[in-house]
Amino acid sequence: MRFETKQVPDATPAVRAVGVGKTFGRRAKAVDAVAGVDLTIAAGEFVSLIGPSGCGKSTLMRLIADLDAPTAGTLEVFGRSPRTARLEQDYGIAFQQAGLLPWRSVVQNIALPLELHGVPYAERAERAEQLADLVGLADFRDHRPDQLSGGMQQRVAIARALAEKPRLLLMDEPFGALDEMTRERMQAELARIVARTGAAVVFVTHSIPEAVFLSDRVVVMSPRPGRITAEVEVPLGAERAEMLRESPEFFRTVSEVREALHGAPVGRANER
Amino acid sequence: MRRALPWVWGVIGVLAVVAIWELYKWLGPADGLVLGAIQGQAGSGLRILPRTGDLNMPHVWDMFARLGQDNGAGTPVLWVSVLAALGITLGISAIGLVIGLVVGVALALVMQRWRIVEWGILPWIVVSQTVPLIAFAPIIARMGTQIDKAGVAWPGWLSVAVIASYLAFFPIAVGALRGLGSPEAIHVDLLRSYGAGYGQTLRKLRLPASVPYLLPALRLGATSAVVGAVVGEVSIGLPGGLGRMIIQLAQSASADPALPYGPIFGAVLVGLIAAGSVALLGLILKNYRRGEAVA
Repeated sequence: MRFETKQVPDATPAVRAVGVGKTFGRRAKAVDAVAGVDLTIAAGEFVSLIGPSGCGKSTLMRLIADLDAPTAGTLEVFGRSPRTARLEQDYGIAFQQAGLLPWRSVVQNIALPLELHGVPYAERAERAEQLADLVGLADFRDHRPDQLSGGMQQRVAIARALAEKPRLLLMDEPFGALDEMTRERMQAELARIVARTGAAVVFVTHSIPEAVFLSDRVVVMSPRPGRITAEVEVPLGAERAEMLRESPEFFRTVSEVREALHGAPVGRANER
Repeated sequence: MRRALPWVWGVIGVLAVVAIWELYKWLGPADGLVLGAIQGQAGSGLRILPRTGDLNMPHVWDMFARLGQDNGAGTPVLWVSVLAALGITLGISAIGLVIGLVVGVALALVMQRWRIVEWGILPWIVVSQTVPLIAFAPIIARMGTQIDKAGVAWPGWLSVAVIASYLAFFPIAVGALRGLGSPEAIHVDLLRSYGAGYGQTLRKLRLPASVPYLLPALRLGATSAVVGAVVGEVSIGLPGGLGRMIIQLAQSASADPALPYGPIFGAVLVGLIAAGSVALLGLILKNYRRGEAVA
């Protein structure tokens, strides 16, 4: 089966942000949601954005997705403007809510982006079947969203994000609404899927173990104004299996991210 | 069993109305009840209970029996003429509903697209419904005649259809506006992330999402169109339909009290057909009426 992504020149980073800022409102009411963000994400790299509520991690993701425009700095996605990248379908996106269209079946939801871009019926049906299979929903292909559990809906959303074979996946707390067990299973599945597709990922979360388990690099942000305060490399290798969660490296990195997040020794951070 | 229950209650409801009618006719005072009447002055005082005689309140079975009789030698049986009139009124109502649907959805589309248009137009749409139909109908009829004189064919029934559409477009415009604005921010963002333009967002998201709002609006619009058609027929004097028939037969009510109930039943039937057609449409579109399950 074909799950490869579009070809990308090796040296071009998936995301390059220099001094990016976003201010909402004007004058006295102005709020700096994001300020002075410098960030480069290599092609195929998995990067998590982590931080407390209001630290601008979702805003930063929306800027990359061209759902909002930055008010300062320059932002490039695969060397072009975010707008061009959006129109060229360089990225796939998934949110905390699955956001499936309730009147469409599983495969119709997955095929929606392809349908909008004029992919012929037979081709998009085949692709949607493959993706439904990839996320383990082949038996539910004709079900409607209201007949699926939350985890299944989220898997459909991920399959839909992969429909255009994007080189970049943008995910805003995609597992935030799921229970802990479903969540861990989904993380393992996402790790497997991303390994197969080779896409770069920007993953917004406020779960430290989730960020560490999935990422090559964890970017820690803090609020008012939203900015990057630390970056933690995750030395867990390319293969992410369940067993990693019990490894000393995993715990060490979790502690490291937690310290960076709270700007304090581990002992105090553990009180929470 | 579950599915039959609403029907059972519906039949019980209709029977209850018949029972109340007959019960009052049986037990109520023969001369009704009039408050503050002045002796020897006909029509004075305030009537709060109607007379129960056969002239004022014919038996329900007499009303139905009358449907099976003709209007004198050589005329068709009553139910046949009622059905013929019903066909005309139903057709006019349907055309009125279609005009109302087109106008209502068009207004909703421009209001949804441009906020400023909504601010500008919506108050006028609301005000339009406060104009009484009987004041408005002759104006439409006169405009129709003028257009007809100018050389563009404008039959009388078209004026009635326009009057019907005047009542029908209002709930449709309001319902469609709410429906078009109903998609959540996440869905709008998603379509934007796919680079979908206004037309695609409309076809793939806004129109399907507005079905649950459009169907009840359409049911209101359909029944309003029937009322508009009947009243419109009366006020511009269009022959052939139920509206004129009700007025004509009411004039013979003193001699034949059960007679005018024929076309009244006809009007009820048109309303039921209108509401039933929308319900049928709802069955066809049932996939668009699913609420999205929350995780």
